[in-house]
Amino acid sequence: MRPDSTVAHQFEDATQQRDAATLGMWLFLGTEILFFGALFLSYMVYRLHNPEVFRVASEHTLVAVGTLNTAVLLLSSFTMVLAVRAAELKQRLMLVVFLGVTALLGTVFLGVKGFEYAHEIHEGLFPGSHFRFTEADPTRARMFFYLYFLMTGVHALHVTIGIVLLGIFALRALLTMRLEQLSTAVDLLGLYWHFVDIVWVFLFPLIYLVGRHV
Amino acid sequence: MNSIKPYVRVAVALFVLLVITVGAAYINLGVFNTPVAMLISLIKAVLIILFFMHVRRADPLIQIFVVAGFFWLGIMLTLTLSDFLTRHP
Repeated sequence: MRPDSTVAHQFEDATQQRDAATLGMWLFLGTEILFFGALFLSYMVYRLHNPEVFRVASEHTLVAVGTLNTAVLLLSSFTMVLAVRAAELKQRLMLVVFLGVTALLGTVFLGVKGFEYAHEIHEGLFPGSHFRFTEADPTRARMFFYLYFLMTGVHALHVTIGIVLLGIFALRALLTMRLEQLSTAVDLLGLYWHFVDIVWVFLFPLIYLVGRHV
Repeated sequence: MNSIKPYVRVAVALFVLLVITVGAAYINLGVFNTPVAMLISLIKAVLIILFFMHVRRADPLIQIFVVAGFFWLGIMLTLTLSDFLTRHP
């Protein structure tokens, strides 16, 4: 087998091919930055208009559970980076293990988030027909919970997609003969997973930590 | 690439920053509570981008794309907030 047989004919060498793929991934992440950025911007505008309502509404989120979930997601980013490293070093077993552990941590995150949603819906905090929040101006508090469910919901969707891809990649790592081709793909999946982690890093204080000092 | 030490250091830093951000939220810093929380989040994000996403040793073209992505976000946030923060009721 020629050493550069995994390089497509339009590329000079493997490095250029890998850089091109990474560049494309960052272009996609650029659209994701603006997608989530618009949601964060809506949050900022509504919070600037209703600082007190957002503070009271935020106290109804479960800060201990949110902190635990942040730790789970940060840990999953660490295991993801170890999976990327294993792929580059062609360590098949380690690659499968770390992809699996990352998927597992992502699933734990979703499970905990589901528990939170169940709690909040039970408390009447979901801004639907059973919304019964009386502590602050309900129509304005409704906006906090709209943004909360929308932003964490879209984030959870991204985590779900990530878990499915991690599972597929773990299978591919088990079955494929050539890890060279998988290495770049795992690298790109890593970029996606870390990006989703970064979104949560900003979501966490804006949802759970508003006005805890009062 | 062969040592996982840098990754471990970054991971530990991320967990320390998580503890600091939760702790700082319970201290009354007046109007600075949210800016401090955002600053800590920003540091966490930069650590993840530079080390976990390997942007630190990436091709300059990729680095430009990364910076451009966040720069455009900055334009969106700054121009919109320059309106909402300066409106007189």
